[in-house]
Amino acid sequence: MSIVLVLIPLGILLVAAAAWAFLWAVNHDQFDDLESPAYRILFDDDEPPPSDPPAPGEDS
Amino acid sequence: MCCPGCAAAAQVIEQAGLGAYYRFREAPGQNPEDLSPAEPGSLEVFDHPALSEDFVQIGGDGEHRATLALEGINCAACAWLVEQHLGRQPGVRSVAVNLASHRAQISWSGERVRLSELLRAVAQIGYRAHPYRPDQQEQLLAVQTRAALRRLGVAGLGTMQVMMFAVALYAGAFEGIEQKYRDLLRWVSFIVATPVVFYAARPFFGSAWRDIVRLQPGMDVPVALAIGSAYLASGWATLRHGGEVYFESVCMFTFFLTLGRFLEMRARQHADHSTRTLLRCAPHSAVRLTRSGEEVVPVRTLRPGDRILVRPGATIPADGRLLEGRSSVDESMLTGESSPHAKAVGDSVMGGTSNVESPIVVRVSRTGADSALSTIVRLLDRGQAEKPAAVSLADRVARYFVAGVLVLAAGVAMLWWSVSPDRAFWITLSVLVATCPCALALATPAALASATTGLARRGLLVTRGHVLESLTRVTHVVFDKTGTLTEGKLVLTKCTTLRDVGTERALTLARSLERRSEHPIARAFRTAGRSDAAGECEVTAVRADPNQGLEAMVGGRRHRIGRPDYVTALAQPGETPKPPSEEGLWILLGDDRGPLAWFQLEDRVRPEARAVVETLRGEGIAVALLSGDPSAFVARLADRLGIEVAIAAATPEDKLQHVRALQQGGAVVAMLGDGVNDAPVLSTATVSLAMASSTDLAMTSADAVLLRDDLSLLLDARSWAARAHRVIRQNLTWAVLYNLTMLPLAALGYVAPYAAALGMSLSSLLVTLNSLRLSRDPRTGGRSP
Repeated sequence: MSIVLVLIPLGILLVAAAAWAFLWAVNHDQFDDLESPAYRILFDDDEPPPSDPPAPGEDS
Repeated sequence: MCCPGCAAAAQVIEQAGLGAYYRFREAPGQNPEDLSPAEPGSLEVFDHPALSEDFVQIGGDGEHRATLALEGINCAACAWLVEQHLGRQPGVRSVAVNLASHRAQISWSGERVRLSELLRAVAQIGYRAHPYRPDQQEQLLAVQTRAALRRLGVAGLGTMQVMMFAVALYAGAFEGIEQKYRDLLRWVSFIVATPVVFYAARPFFGSAWRDIVRLQPGMDVPVALAIGSAYLASGWATLRHGGEVYFESVCMFTFFLTLGRFLEMRARQHADHSTRTLLRCAPHSAVRLTRSGEEVVPVRTLRPGDRILVRPGATIPADGRLLEGRSSVDESMLTGESSPHAKAVGDSVMGGTSNVESPIVVRVSRTGADSALSTIVRLLDRGQAEKPAAVSLADRVARYFVAGVLVLAAGVAMLWWSVSPDRAFWITLSVLVATCPCALALATPAALASATTGLARRGLLVTRGHVLESLTRVTHVVFDKTGTLTEGKLVLTKCTTLRDVGTERALTLARSLERRSEHPIARAFRTAGRSDAAGECEVTAVRADPNQGLEAMVGGRRHRIGRPDYVTALAQPGETPKPPSEEGLWILLGDDRGPLAWFQLEDRVRPEARAVVETLRGEGIAVALLSGDPSAFVARLADRLGIEVAIAAATPEDKLQHVRALQQGGAVVAMLGDGVNDAPVLSTATVSLAMASSTDLAMTSADAVLLRDDLSLLLDARSWAARAHRVIRQNLTWAVLYNLTMLPLAALGYVAPYAAALGMSLSSLLVTLNSLRLSRDPRTGGRSP
């Protein structure tokens, strides 16, 4: 049973770490916009522009 | 494509490789005509040091940062497009568009690009961007929301942890546990619960203290009392190795309440964001005339005595007198009157109104705090201060409940003190804990949060808490005509030809004549009869006579369109023909041989208006119409919709008086409005609603905003409010009954600690689940889209 003497402090440490991570996230604007990032992932950032249409009278 | 401009924009988008916009957009973008035109040179004004220091923060190595408020953002595709387009401008370092608040954070290097160029880049793809500086109230709200989120996180994590220890303690209580392990578990619970009580629950203590000082106990008093006493008692028990601990109840209670308040706050912030943005974007620039010519200057630098040029379609930046030119001015924003006013030299014009027809020169007389717009804002503040306070049901219950519990606890303490002093402390505490108003405190916020979410999904944004409660008690509904019952723009409804011209030909002529005008009447013709392929005819030598009409040469003949006497004056002096009927606004078209055709224009009534008025009257609610419009149209509209009371030509003061008189007679007034002139009366009415198309001032002073232009939302809101009211009653009844049953048992010392904690949790859970029913749409039976 004395294992709880190790496990309980360990548990509290983990909670403290989680709380710290949460507060860090709040302070670093991670919760400011919960909508746009969900869409942002759907867009390709670097879609290449279509090659310029050849100007009239110009042969490649 | 509606115009070559759109086609060009689409081409720009395609060529820049941003075609993904068309795949991801959820709704077609706004039409260019919906956005007010940008005045030439008006963007450069933001490079002016006097203005830019307000908006732009300059960091090290020439980095400039600013927040832009964006107009016309509808969906993620728009946000993405703006982000990409801005990101590709030279000198831009980073762009992030927030979809929820319609803001963009942008940073750029000051040497390579100027702010006005970035604003122009946004305008190029069809959106409008304004530099934006959040006002103090908004900054405060943002700070508060963040603090609430931190508290919520701490409470949540703490609760999970303490619950885990509590399971071990429960098991120990049933199966037996060694004293040293029990004490260890109690101690760690104590440690974890401490930040929850002292950090997460601190707002409850603060507001409870304020309530006590003001001798007006609200819901926070029993909440603070329960949290405080349960925590102290448990701490005492831990130190003394006896009694019972309630740490898990303390934490859970704190967490649920913090969650409820957080959701409420979030909804309010969202509403604030959408309404506040544009209010801060009043006209920034003005064209000042100096001896050396025109210069574009920030409005703030205008002084009384300056001469300013106002182009057609632009907003007049300050109050003043007309020096040169003739035009008509649309004052609907201030007075609610639908038709523009003719202004001649010497007439006064008000800041915030817009110039309709031709360029004018104005001498500034009053600016800033003295201007007419500011006066209305002051009226608004007064209205808000005098608004009858809506006392929520929960607060009324809480007042009695708190007093009752405190008196009872004191009585129990005294009784037990005389019977057996060593048990008195524990039993008094168990009375306080057992009667912990957990469910009572959750009853109202849970139901309101749930109903607010449901309504927001249907398109009604509730911004103030009392709306749902007050809506059920409404006895009078007051409409403001402009834009609430009608669609707010003139529509061509009839065309009667007078000579041997076809209807098509008459329409084509009228459209061609009116093509270049920005007058509301001209806009009605722009969409009329567009289906025909005849196109438009060649028009030359167009001349606008303010408040009279237009004159132009078509096919070698002089044509006029406008007021009947103005049109007939062109032909040989003759009788001015009578309009075919009294209804609506009649416009005559004619050439130098006499009148050609009549056009009837009307501000069309919203299709659902009639049904809404009928339903309201069927429910025994008096419906009234107060309008700033002086025309007979008001009475006719009321008649057609079956509204009993209709008052035309009402000034903002009149409206305020009327609503106050009703309220003094004991009426609960709901007011629906949309103009700046409505703002004071909106803030006085017990419940006020603004339409989505409203001016921003009206939106901020309203308790709720209709996100869709659909009056039937009013009925939805009422039925929802009625349901919410029922649920709140059920919740409160349950909570009070539960606490009343527990009270005598606890007072007699019969309540086992697990039973009290379990009962409390189950009771709260029941209340929460009952409230969740409200977020469902009653008609679809499930979640609304």
